Amino acid sequence: MTDLTFSAAAERRRERIRASLARRHLFERLFRGLGLVAILIGLALVASLFWMVIAKGYPAFTQAKLSTVAYFDPEIIDVGPPPERQAGQSQAGFRAESLAWQRRVTTANWNLIVEEAVRAAAPSGFEIDRRAALALVDGGERHRLRDLFVADPGLLGQRVPIELLASADVDNWLKGTIDRDLPDERQQLSAATRRLADELLAGGAIDFKFAWHIFTNVDSRSAPASAGLAGALVGSLYMMVIVVLLAVPIGVASAIYLEEFAPKNRLTDLIEVNINNLAAVPSIVFGLFGAAVFIKYSGLPISAPIVGGLVLTLMTLPTIIIATRSSLRAVPPSLRQAALGLGASRTQMVFHHVLPITLPGILTATIIGVAQALGETAPLLLIGMNAFVAAIPATPFDQSSALPSQIYLWQGNENRNFFEARTSAAIMVLLALMITMNAIAVLLRQKLERRS
Amino acid sequence: MLLILLGLACQQGFSRSLSLATAARHGGQRMHSRPRYHAALVALWTLLPALLVLGLWSLLEPGLMRSLILAMLPPEVAVLEGRQLEAVIARIEALASGHGVAGEVAPFEQAAAEQLSFLQNLAFLLVLAAAAGLGAVALFLARRRISLRLRARDEVERALRFLLLLCSGVAIATTAGIVLSLFTEALRFFSFVNPLDFFFGTVWNPGFASTGSDALGRYGLLPLLWGTVMVAVIAILVALPLGLMTAIYLSCYAPRKVRALVKPVIEILAGIPTIVYGFFALVTVGPFLSTVGAAIGIDIRATSALTAGLVMGIMLIPFISSLSDDILRQVPLSLRDGSLALGATPSEGIRRVLLPAALPGIVGAFLLAVSRAIGETMIVVLAAGNSPVLRANPAEPVSTVTVTIVNQLTGDSDFAGPQSLVGFALGLTLFAMTLLLNIVALYIVRRFREQYD
Repeated sequence: MTDLTFSAAAERRRERIRASLARRHLFERLFRGLGLVAILIGLALVASLFWMVIAKGYPAFTQAKLSTVAYFDPEIIDVGPPPERQAGQSQAGFRAESLAWQRRVTTANWNLIVEEAVRAAAPSGFEIDRRAALALVDGGERHRLRDLFVADPGLLGQRVPIELLASADVDNWLKGTIDRDLPDERQQLSAATRRLADELLAGGAIDFKFAWHIFTNVDSRSAPASAGLAGALVGSLYMMVIVVLLAVPIGVASAIYLEEFAPKNRLTDLIEVNINNLAAVPSIVFGLFGAAVFIKYSGLPISAPIVGGLVLTLMTLPTIIIATRSSLRAVPPSLRQAALGLGASRTQMVFHHVLPITLPGILTATIIGVAQALGETAPLLLIGMNAFVAAIPATPFDQSSALPSQIYLWQGNENRNFFEARTSAAIMVLLALMITMNAIAVLLRQKLERRS
Repeated sequence: MLLILLGLACQQGFSRSLSLATAARHGGQRMHSRPRYHAALVALWTLLPALLVLGLWSLLEPGLMRSLILAMLPPEVAVLEGRQLEAVIARIEALASGHGVAGEVAPFEQAAAEQLSFLQNLAFLLVLAAAAGLGAVALFLARRRISLRLRARDEVERALRFLLLLCSGVAIATTAGIVLSLFTEALRFFSFVNPLDFFFGTVWNPGFASTGSDALGRYGLLPLLWGTVMVAVIAILVALPLGLMTAIYLSCYAPRKVRALVKPVIEILAGIPTIVYGFFALVTVGPFLSTVGAAIGIDIRATSALTAGLVMGIMLIPFISSLSDDILRQVPLSLRDGSLALGATPSEGIRRVLLPAALPGIVGAFLLAVSRAIGETMIVVLAAGNSPVLRANPAEPVSTVTVTIVNQLTGDSDFAGPQSLVGFALGLTLFAMTLLLNIVALYIVRRFREQYD
């Protein structure tokens, strides 16, 4: 009797469970699908980010260049031969004379030379007015011609094949990023220039070539087409060198102390909490700190890589400390015991046996930290590294730009149409550097994991 | 010069201890420490006094030179006050250093500068000589200390340990420096503006420094705080579900190969600089949102709280997912296996067993993400529209604390007026908020870790 009711109850329960199974399995599939969807959405968003940057930035790596012949016309460059040092002439006198000659060269009408060079490239019989010719070529090119001449005065009277950089607007026009159907009064280029550009492109005189000058030129306002990243790259390089030189020794040393020597007490606990917190302090606060302490109180120069490097060092320090500690912790205790058992002191054990093993881990941490520091922008704005600097810094104490702050500067440029592509190109350079660094770090880590 | 001294010290310590060691071996004895420890010890003892002298001098020099200049000034100049006196001193220093100054050089300036540069050179040579002399004396003494019994290694190790301690103090010094510098500058700001007006004001209108000190402007924090909170809430609403689901899928469902591929990709994404996200928001997401808005009849501005929040959410997805992934993997497998063995489906196991067990850790990750969202700068600078007005509509431009810091402080190194000093008061507010969040979050995560260790 009781057996029967018991099995009946069990049967009912089983029935209930069976009935709910379909619902539960549906939910299971739904949940699993949700997870997959989340990943796909995340990846899709990121893919669209990369797609945007690459689609916008890729065209900026090629630029319209006009292949032509520049004639260093003696009638236009009427400056006489460069002074030669006479016997008995003083050094200062000679220098003054050369400078006077260079000044004469500078005041020569280089626009005329540029204009003639454009005419030389155009098909014969094509009417070109002066405005159209000058608007076609980037404003910096006349300085380049001048510098060529100063470097080699023998060019006078010669015809030299040369590639002139087209101006930013012409580059845009030819790439099709400007709406061609806009009425004349809303076009940045005159109708004559546009016709000339189209004609030259069709005739093959203008060609799209890889824009090496993005890497070799400095930023420029007057000649946007020739603006490049050289100053920013060198500025960033200085900062990264400072970060590596300072953050790695200090970070590794404090990680060793905290992990191997520190007694467990309030103070080391405080340091630990403090380091973890420091890793999560907003970067802009570090910028405020740098502006107040390094620039105002220590009197270090504003916009200089040395200040940027110091601020970034302090920001990278927690990353390196935390990563080094975790790789120190991963060293097997048997190694330490073996070293101690053979009579090594604690210091000898750490420096002779533990540290060499963690070297790849420390290297990985360094690379990741430096890659992070490379992209950091906010603190740089507060220490003045977003100033316009058109020079490659000779020392870390000179004014300079940096890669991320150059991106910030370019995205705010009024010539949006042109600089959107330029900004994307700069971002591509930055991302390429960072992803390379990170990839190296990941590879290193995999290698390390396989070995241990 | 120091390098020469250092090299000499090493060589001396090494050769002396080596000769002692060989002598001792003949006598059947052994030295306590190896020669290179003796060398390091001697070098240490030589360097220390020399460095001490140089460091002391670099601390004292500015004050000393200043009093020298003051003593050299003719009486009618010395009675000048404040700024004028500073200007005179700066001119003389510039003359003495050979940089030259603008404008006519007064005879007394010339004389003082010449005297000053002579004294500077003299003092520099003296200090150098003193450092070298002291170093040499120390070298001699240290060399004499070398003996069979000297525990050179212990001493070197103690010095090394002290150096390590010093290095780990840098982190503390940084925090202290941040707090101190923010505090002092913020206090100067509060001498211009009442703290109550700052913390509870609803109008943000700082005015411009160029309009003179009368135009103080109004510094109400609330509109900025509101903007910050709005952007952060939108970001979290985007990032938390996506990030958490990603982490759950990766740690519970994904095949090993998928995981091995996706995990590093996500880690790299977490490292993309925020300015890139900002540019993405400005160029792509903003216009896209406003087109979508126009299509469904809502007025969405291209730069708005919505744009900034959305993109910040995208930025936080990898952050949240990799943190939660770590945490989910720390929950012991036995818990999950137990639930499966009792007949639960994997998703039931995750929701009823895994997530509750991992909840503290996930809350910690959530708080860290909030702290990052509040402190994030470049995305909001580029995409939030910079309009410090209290508005409830997320489709309108807003301004945040971080944006305002950047706006008030870029290009300004003077920090004289409230217009720039307010940046430090804002920074202090920001630091306090994130500090609180971080400490709570780190505490929770730590407790969680200890629970399962």
